[in-house]
Amino acid sequence: MLPAAAIEDIRGKGFISCRSPPILNRKLLLLQLLMSAETPSSKNVHLWQANYESAKTLETIIRVLCGFFAVISIATTAGIIGTLIFETIEFFQEVPLWQFLTDTRWTPLFASKQFGIFVLMSATLLTSTIAILVAVPLGLLSAIFLSEYASTTMRKTLKPLLEVLAGIPSVVFGYFALLTVTPFLQEIFDFVRTPIPIPAWLDFLPFTQYYEPDFFLELPFPYLEGFNALSAGLVLGISITPLVASLSEDAIYSVPQGLRDGAYALGATKRETILAVVIPAALSGIVASIILAISRAVGETMIVTLAAGQNPNLGFNPFVPVMTMTAYIVQVSLGDTAVGTLPYKTIFAVGMTLFLMTLTLNIFSFWFVRRFRERYE
Amino acid sequence: MTFESITDAQAESNLVAAEAKFQPNLAGRYRLDAIFKAATIAATTIAIAVLAWLMFDVLISGVGSLDRSFLTSFPSRRPEQAGILSALAGTGWVMFLVAVFSFPIGVGSGLFLEEFSGDNWFARFIEINISNLAGVPSIIYGLLGLTAFVIILGDWTGGRSILTGALTLTLLILPIIIVATREALRAVPDSIRQAGYALGANSWQVIWSHTLPTAFPGILTGVILALSRAIGETAPLITIGALTFIPFLPEGPLDPFTVLPIQIYNWVSRPQKDFHDLAASGIIVLLVVLLVMNSFAIFLRSRFQKAR
Repeated sequence: MLPAAAIEDIRGKGFISCRSPPILNRKLLLLQLLMSAETPSSKNVHLWQANYESAKTLETIIRVLCGFFAVISIATTAGIIGTLIFETIEFFQEVPLWQFLTDTRWTPLFASKQFGIFVLMSATLLTSTIAILVAVPLGLLSAIFLSEYASTTMRKTLKPLLEVLAGIPSVVFGYFALLTVTPFLQEIFDFVRTPIPIPAWLDFLPFTQYYEPDFFLELPFPYLEGFNALSAGLVLGISITPLVASLSEDAIYSVPQGLRDGAYALGATKRETILAVVIPAALSGIVASIILAISRAVGETMIVTLAAGQNPNLGFNPFVPVMTMTAYIVQVSLGDTAVGTLPYKTIFAVGMTLFLMTLTLNIFSFWFVRRFRERYE
Repeated sequence: MTFESITDAQAESNLVAAEAKFQPNLAGRYRLDAIFKAATIAATTIAIAVLAWLMFDVLISGVGSLDRSFLTSFPSRRPEQAGILSALAGTGWVMFLVAVFSFPIGVGSGLFLEEFSGDNWFARFIEINISNLAGVPSIIYGLLGLTAFVIILGDWTGGRSILTGALTLTLLILPIIIVATREALRAVPDSIRQAGYALGANSWQVIWSHTLPTAFPGILTGVILALSRAIGETAPLITIGALTFIPFLPEGPLDPFTVLPIQIYNWVSRPQKDFHDLAASGIIVLLVVLLVMNSFAIFLRSRFQKAR
């Protein structure tokens, strides 16, 4: 015989499932009959009435609510694509596509408007390429060190440090690029360019200049401007290094030990094992991390806006100011551009180009992982 | 010539010939090994050294102007009077609203994908969608916020307001929270769920009384890390038109605002050295806030791991 208090407890918590099998219900019915036999008070009878119903209703409400929340992410994608397409179509009604693709200048805010997207794209490509040239060797070698050479304690200290680096806001990296790295690089450039006095009999050397009364060796080294793609790209590379390192490390670390042992048994050294066996086995993860890093570099905003400048220059000179696609969107947003005007629509056309570039990279990364993933038991 | 007829002398000469062809050159290979190992160490050191350089540089430039009046003053054209009060208030407001919005929505979506829906096309579609959203550059979310919350819903959100900023950042960090929630839920052993069902609970009762409490530290860690991403975001807020000069405190969610990263951006982009130092002070404040949030997340994670 269950005490009344215990049954009260069960009832109070509504802990009777709507899914409870019929046999349980019958048992409960029996209990109820016994109870009512013992306690003649008819008040207790209602304690047994359907609390599953309220529990079931609550579950349905929660289920629908969670489903609604999950749909918000679809609505976000739809919103992004819808927004970009709508404004981009409006843009192309005023500016023909061929002009967008073939103009060699980007001057939507001037009186003589030109809309050469490749001007902005070349800057984005330039900074991203420099960034990748920094991030891939640094990130990949760090990943190899952490996974293959570092002791467990070292790995446990260094990985969180890299995560700290990954968590630094990009505006901080922008500060670092503009106010620390650029002056530092300028000093190096100036030092290399400084004319070196040489004795007169060395005047057959190239790059020799004659300033009264001595000969000087003057290297034709470029002048680094205050805003430039070089330091923006370098710092951008540092900022995405943790992404490459962390994701590649996961891929390298999960290569089974048996593969390494097999290579050692064939007489390979540690480096040969890593380069010939471990890296190829982890290749899909490594390439995916690099593609994600490229996508991040292309979409990065604050570093390039602060350090690379606001001058739309076509070309790939890393020593002069350039304007990336993201920097242009920031420039227009900071000015007071009226909604519906042509300059306002340009940021959506540029945003659409950016979105398509990153989407292509992301899809390629998914495809690559799916196609080349090695599965080990 | 049959196999048996090979004489010892022939076998010997074969071996010598093979050895002459195959030179293990162990010394050279080990030298390359050492160079390779040195390169990996150098790469790691460079990454850490740049981090140290950045911190050192920010500290040197920023610590001088970091005092009580910096924290309690409004921005000003005179560097010696400028402070971050309105930026701090704006960041506080925005982060509070982002937490309020993103926590239920993110955890709810994670629950839906992991606990409620089976492996059907709808769940798979949402899943692909979320991993795509995670790769969209943050400035694109700014364009979405500009159209959706500033222009279309401007009457309700107050245009370029705290609410608009919070909604935009919520959409930005939702994928991170959803992924973290799902991982935390996946780490809950199935036996715990089955024990709940065996007691006669329905699926929501099992989630509420068993699964969620077990997964909660993991979920909270993910939410805090996502919020610390949101706190440093600058580009989307510039795009939706957060102002750079706010000499007053916002009084409600519909007021215009600025946040700490935008204030830092504004100071960095000015030519005067004094403002650069102010930017460094602002960065110190921002990094301290981030450090506190991250340490809390790491603390939660370690406690969670010890408990299991």
